[in-house]
Amino acid sequence: MGVIYVLLAISICVALVFFVAFVLSVKKGQYDDAYTPSVRMLFEDEIVDSSTNNNQNKSQTE
Amino acid sequence: MGTNYDKYHMLLANSIPLLWEGIGKYVMQNITCYHCGEDCDTLKVFFDEKHFCCNGCKTVYEIFSTNGLSYYYDLQSSAGSTPNGVSGKYDFLDNQEIVEKLLEFNEEGIQVVELYIPQIHCSSCIWVLENLNRLHASIKMAQVNFPKKKIRITYDSAHLSLKQLVVLLAKIGYGPSITLDDYTKKQHSVDRSLLYKLGVAGFAFGNVMLLSFPEYFDHFVSKPGTTEYWLDQYKVVFRWLMFAFSLPVVCYAAKDYFISAFKGLRSKLLNIDVPIALGIFTLFTRSTIDILLDQGSGFFDSLAGLVFFLLVGKFFQQKTYSFLSFERDYKSYFPIAVTKLNDNGHDENIPIHKVKTGDRILIHNQEILPVDGVLISGDAQIDYSFVTGESQAVHRTSGDKLHAGGKQLGGALEIEVLKSVSQSYLTQLWSNSAFSKNKASEFQTLTDSIGKRFTLSVLTIAILATVFWLFMDPGKALNVFTAVLIIACPCAIALAAPFTLGNMLRIFGQHHFYVKDTNTIERMAKITAIIFDKTGTLTSSSENTIVYEGMELTNGEAALLKNTLRVSNHPLSRSLYKILKNHQIYTLDGFEEETGKGIHGKISEHSIKVGSANYVGGKSALKAFDTSVYVSADENYKGRFVFKSKYRSGLATLFKKLTKTFLLFVVSGDNEGEKYRLKKLLPFGITPFFNQKPEDKLRFVKNLQQHQKVLMVGDGLNDAGALAQSDVGIAISENINVFSPACDAILEASKMNRLSDFLWLSKNAVNIIKASFLFSLCYNIVGLYFAVIGQLQPIIAAILMPLSSISIVIFATMGTTLLARRLPTKN
Repeated sequence: MGVIYVLLAISICVALVFFVAFVLSVKKGQYDDAYTPSVRMLFEDEIVDSSTNNNQNKSQTE
Repeated sequence: MGTNYDKYHMLLANSIPLLWEGIGKYVMQNITCYHCGEDCDTLKVFFDEKHFCCNGCKTVYEIFSTNGLSYYYDLQSSAGSTPNGVSGKYDFLDNQEIVEKLLEFNEEGIQVVELYIPQIHCSSCIWVLENLNRLHASIKMAQVNFPKKKIRITYDSAHLSLKQLVVLLAKIGYGPSITLDDYTKKQHSVDRSLLYKLGVAGFAFGNVMLLSFPEYFDHFVSKPGTTEYWLDQYKVVFRWLMFAFSLPVVCYAAKDYFISAFKGLRSKLLNIDVPIALGIFTLFTRSTIDILLDQGSGFFDSLAGLVFFLLVGKFFQQKTYSFLSFERDYKSYFPIAVTKLNDNGHDENIPIHKVKTGDRILIHNQEILPVDGVLISGDAQIDYSFVTGESQAVHRTSGDKLHAGGKQLGGALEIEVLKSVSQSYLTQLWSNSAFSKNKASEFQTLTDSIGKRFTLSVLTIAILATVFWLFMDPGKALNVFTAVLIIACPCAIALAAPFTLGNMLRIFGQHHFYVKDTNTIERMAKITAIIFDKTGTLTSSSENTIVYEGMELTNGEAALLKNTLRVSNHPLSRSLYKILKNHQIYTLDGFEEETGKGIHGKISEHSIKVGSANYVGGKSALKAFDTSVYVSADENYKGRFVFKSKYRSGLATLFKKLTKTFLLFVVSGDNEGEKYRLKKLLPFGITPFFNQKPEDKLRFVKNLQQHQKVLMVGDGLNDAGALAQSDVGIAISENINVFSPACDAILEASKMNRLSDFLWLSKNAVNIIKASFLFSLCYNIVGLYFAVIGQLQPIIAAILMPLSSISIVIFATMGTTLLARRLPTKN
């Protein structure tokens, strides 16, 4: 049953890794703004080259 | 967080109709601006097959499209805002002293600045601002914090100065607001300690629970008195591991409870944290002794769970509206610097606290007057809406005294300073002691008042039980004493208020009533009297009713009037133009605008004059309480348009409901011109008070507070004193993003008629807390039974504690959600 020590050590190490990850993410400010990243991740490379900038934009007249 | 998204869009959707309602008819057939969505009725710019309402909007479009940022318009249609008056507005950023104060980081050619941009409102804004480097190569990084409407920009200071950066932002319609507040405020770091504590407690809770399982199972599986062989061998490891995990919980995560209990005891107060701290301390020491002497597995699981649940409650209570500020004073909208005219005729930008009596200063269009002064030259159209809530600008001529807080609409003014910033009429208000008191700490919450009785009775029971066991079985006495303290730890009681009020706070927020903290809701439940400000609170500051008095205008005259107004940009002309009937649009033969007097339009032989009484030739009404525009056709006086402030809808019903439970008062800084109209609206027997200065309002609240708990409802800076002095101060705001004075809660103007419901809900939320207390008392009695007979097994504590906490949480949130059904759902 000595293996229980190994198992305990492993389980605590895994838990500690997640705990440290949490602390670091808080420290980096990931929880300060929970909204903007959710919008930001939807952006892609929308930059249009000025030469190809055609009027594909919908015209808004309501 | 999905609801956040909806919320911001709701805010938007709500502010736009206000603007559009009045001009709805025209919008239908008119073309709206491709950039900002405003209707292009007077001036049209056609560019790149798109319509723009002004050249400003067109320029922004040009900047975006030539830099490959046209996706901006795909993301959200007509998302832009019109850039207004950039030139000169940010000249104060030439002053290095000011720049230094604003920068967050400034070393080795790299500068970092965080700017507040009120115009940020949609995903287009985030996108374009985070792609700022397309507009200037020196911008290294730009990151938007949407809820706070802030942007942090890192840039190369060798090629771009802060002023150039700010002007660039202003040019694309995102002019940052830099106020006196930014100058005086210390750099504050974000307080994330609660998150860390929650993390520590949660981590320990999970692991300790896992480690206690072997002994739980042992309790059920083996016969009483015997234990499994392997458990005997390994339990020491498990127990000391649990001890190790609970150390950071007691020393770090639960730190605040010990501190608060200590502070409470020192000031001879038995707050709720005293029994909690006592419980945590007893849990820890008793458990440690237990495992030291091999008496049992200890209560580490209950300990970690208790702290974790308590912190979750604290976290839930902390609903913050980061896009709102409840702490604003005049500083957050006063300018940071002002243009001083030196004797040699040279302009200089100086920080505002350096302005001295006798200085000559220059106030440009759209600038706020930071001091009291005398107008030397220039045509002053001062908008005092921030101060009084009055929407119409007042006209002043040279030699007149001007009060601080007004915004100049029109040309530049030269002003001689009479008093420095802190000595001015308006700002003096802030030296009143009402602003330094902390309402929350002076108020004894329901939980704390229960806490006192609770602690006393728990201690009595513990001592009685111990005395009893001393005679029966002295060996058990200490065991029982600690068991009582452990099981009576008022976790459930401490959770009832945070969850009830925290949930109520969120419900209020969904209905556009933003309350600062949960303490405010408890104070709201105790209100007995309500004071309303009139202008801007009861009346709308964006809408007017316009009444015509005088001879009827002929069709030709009416058409001429409309066409003359069409050309003028004066705010009164604009609002008058919008309400007049549609007529054929033609070009005038002649048009003249005399600033501060009126306008003159001509078509063939006919002419029309619109403006002040003197200019038009009409008789000024004797009691000129209202803003009026006089009209004459072909030099014959015709009549006048009277602008009357419009009362918000649903007020009469609201007053009728409120007057049943509360004492009502109306206190206004205005003259008595509205007395008659207002009295019709108010329930019988309520006399409005007029001509009340800001200090008078404060004193009025103070006097009333001797017998009543006062709720003040106001809107402008002139109510700030009364809002601070009152037990609860609610600021009414038509656009919550713009401005509201320091207060305890911000209510969106359109929801004002719901005020009685909000008060009713606060009262009932407190009743829910009381019911929860009874509920948790039942659990405590069961627990105490086990403790007193000396049979408290760790497993009973481990089951009872989370069970009582969770059921209280469910009861509190369900109760408040059911109560909130009283409020109509959106739309």
